[in-house]
Amino acid sequence: MAEVTYKEAVNRALADALAADPDVFVFGEDIGAAGGVFKTTAGLQERFGRDRVLDTPISEQAILGLALGAATQGMRPVAELMFADFAGVAFDQIVNQLAKYRYMSNGQISVPVTIRLAQGIGGGFAAQHSQSVENWFLNVVGLKIVVPATPADAYGLLRAAIADEDPVLFFEHKGLLNDKGQLEDDPQPVEIGRAAVVRQGSDVTIVASQLMRARALEAAERLAAESISVEVIDPVTLVPMDIATIGAGLERTNNLVVVQESSAGGSWGATLIARLIGEYFDSFDSPPLLLAGDETPIPFAHQLEQAWPPSADRIVDAVRGLLGAAAPAAG
Amino acid sequence: MATDERLEILRKMHELRFFENECDRLFRQGQVKGPTHLYQGQEAVSVGVCAALRPGDTMTCTYRGHGATLAMGAPLDKTFGEIFGKAGGLCGGKGGSMHLTDAGVGALGSNAIVGAHLPIANGAAFAAMRRGTGAVHACFFGDGSTNIGTFHEALNLASLWKLPVLFICENNLYGEYSPRALTTPIERLADRGISYGMNSLRIDGNEVLTVKEIVEGAAERARSGEGPTLIEAMTYRHQGHSRTDPAPYRPDGELEEWLERDPILLLEGVLESDGVGADDLTRIREEAEKAVADARDTALAWPDPELDERFDHVWAS
Repeated sequence: MAEVTYKEAVNRALADALAADPDVFVFGEDIGAAGGVFKTTAGLQERFGRDRVLDTPISEQAILGLALGAATQGMRPVAELMFADFAGVAFDQIVNQLAKYRYMSNGQISVPVTIRLAQGIGGGFAAQHSQSVENWFLNVVGLKIVVPATPADAYGLLRAAIADEDPVLFFEHKGLLNDKGQLEDDPQPVEIGRAAVVRQGSDVTIVASQLMRARALEAAERLAAESISVEVIDPVTLVPMDIATIGAGLERTNNLVVVQESSAGGSWGATLIARLIGEYFDSFDSPPLLLAGDETPIPFAHQLEQAWPPSADRIVDAVRGLLGAAAPAAG
Repeated sequence: MATDERLEILRKMHELRFFENECDRLFRQGQVKGPTHLYQGQEAVSVGVCAALRPGDTMTCTYRGHGATLAMGAPLDKTFGEIFGKAGGLCGGKGGSMHLTDAGVGALGSNAIVGAHLPIANGAAFAAMRRGTGAVHACFFGDGSTNIGTFHEALNLASLWKLPVLFICENNLYGEYSPRALTTPIERLADRGISYGMNSLRIDGNEVLTVKEIVEGAAERARSGEGPTLIEAMTYRHQGHSRTDPAPYRPDGELEEWLERDPILLLEGVLESDGVGADDLTRIREEAEKAVADARDTALAWPDPELDERFDHVWAS
C-alpha cells in the first residue's frame, strides 16, 4: 500500500496496461514528449517509445477515428482528449461511430476504445474548458461512462476500461489530480458499473461523484455535528448506473439528495431521480432533491467560478431543509 | 494481366451493375425501403481498387457502398439480404443499405456520415503498420467529402505518420444534389493532397485496368512504408443521389456522354481488341445476371429478424 496522487494513479494504470498488452497504445495532443498538459502521461513515452505513446496533431476527429479504426483490428487504443469540452469537436466520432459500430455490424466488430477526458471546474479555465460533460453522452446507447473520484478508483477503472470490449469514456477530474489516496502495491481493476457507499448514515442518502463527492463528505461531517447522519454514495460509473446500490441506500434513509457538477437539465442526477421514483417510490419520505450547477455557462472569475457548482454550504442547507420538511420520525 | 483475370474483373463489374439495377427495380416495387444510393457507372473504381488488394487488406466506404462491399468479396445474397432488412443479411438487418459490413472479407463498414470513415481508415492502417502485417487500407469517399473537416484531419495525420492507407476519391461530379462547382472552388481535388505532402494522383476512374494498375503501385508504396496516396478517380453516377432524386439538375447530354464511356463497355472493348470473342463476353454477362437474380431470390425468401434481435449486440460485455 502506498500513498499516490490521482494523477500518479492514472499514470501507473497507463504504464501497467502498456506493459501488460502490446496492443495497448496511448495517444493524444501533447501527451508524449510534453507528458500531457496535466502531466498525467509524464514519462510514458520515454519508457514505452514513440510507437506506443504518440503525440498527435490538434485533430480530435482524427484522434478518435484512429482509435476506432485500430480497435476494429483488435488493438486497445487509449485516446486522450486534453479537455473534456473538446468532445464537442469530435462528437460524431463518439456518438455516431464508436457508440454504434458494434450494433450496426450486428456484433461483427467490437471497438474496445478508451477515451480519457479531463473535466471539471477549479482551474479558472472558463466556459469552454471547465465543464463536466458526461451528460452529453447519457442519451447515447453504447458508451460506458466512468467518473472516478479517488486514486484507487482512477487506477482500477482505467485498467478495467482498457480491458473492456466496449467503448468507455473515462472522465478524470482536473480538480482532483493532486489529491492523495491509498493504492495497493498490486492494484487490480475495479469493476465498471458498481457504486460505492463511501460513508455510512441513516438520515439521508447523498449521491455525488468526483469533486461533489468531496463536498458531500465535507457536508456530512458538518451535519454529523448536528446529529444528522448522512450516507454518501459515489455512483463511480454513470453508465451502466448501479441503481441497486443507490436504491438500497434510499431504502435505509428514505431521503435523497443528488449533487452534481453540471446543470440540471437532461443530467445523470435527473435521470437517477426519475428511475428511483419509478422503482423505489414508497421509500421516499421527502421529495428527492437535485443540487446542480447554475443554469449558466461556467464563469471565469474565481469567485464566480466557485459559486457556480453546489458548495458544502449549499449541501448542508439543503439537507437541513429536506429533513425539516420530512415527516419527523415517530418518537 | 491474364485474360482470365480480366474476365473475372468484367464479371464482378457486371454483378455490381445488375445488383444495383435490381435494387432500383425492387425499390420502385416497394420491396426495398429507406434511402438507397446506387452505384451504376462507378463500378470500375471499386472493382479496380479491390482487384489490387490482397487478403488481409481492409476497406471502408460511404453510404453509396453496395459496390465497394461487393467488390471486396461480400456475398451477393447476404448483401441483398441486408438491404432487404432480412435476418440473414450481412448485419442481421440492423445496418441496411448504408451500413454494410462484412468483417470476414475486410469490409469494415460503409458509413452514412460524410467523411466520418476517413479517420477510421487511418486506424485500421495504423494497426497494420504497428503489427507489421504489410496490409493496406482502401478508403472510398466522394468528391463532396473533400469539403468536410475529417478529410483534412485524416489526410494530415496519415501523411505525417506515413500510414498505409489509400484514399480513393470517387469524383462523380456531384456531391449529393450539387455539382462540384457549386460547392468547391477548385476543380482538381487531388491537389488537396499536395498540401499534406501526400502522393496525389488524378486518374480515369472508368478504365478499370488503369485503376487496378495505379492502385497496385500505390499499395506497394504504402506496404513498403512510403505512406498514403490520394487517388482522385474521375467517374460518373448514372443515377441521382438517392432513389428519390431523378437528378433534374444535370445538364442535357451529360449522362449520354458518360454512357458512351460506360466502364463496362470500355473493358469489353479492351477485351475484344485482345481477341476475346463476343460469345465469351455474353456468357460472362449472362452468368453475372443469373448469379444476381439467384442471390436476390434467395435473400427475398429469408425470414425477417425476430423482434427480440434488436436488443442484441449493443454491448460486448
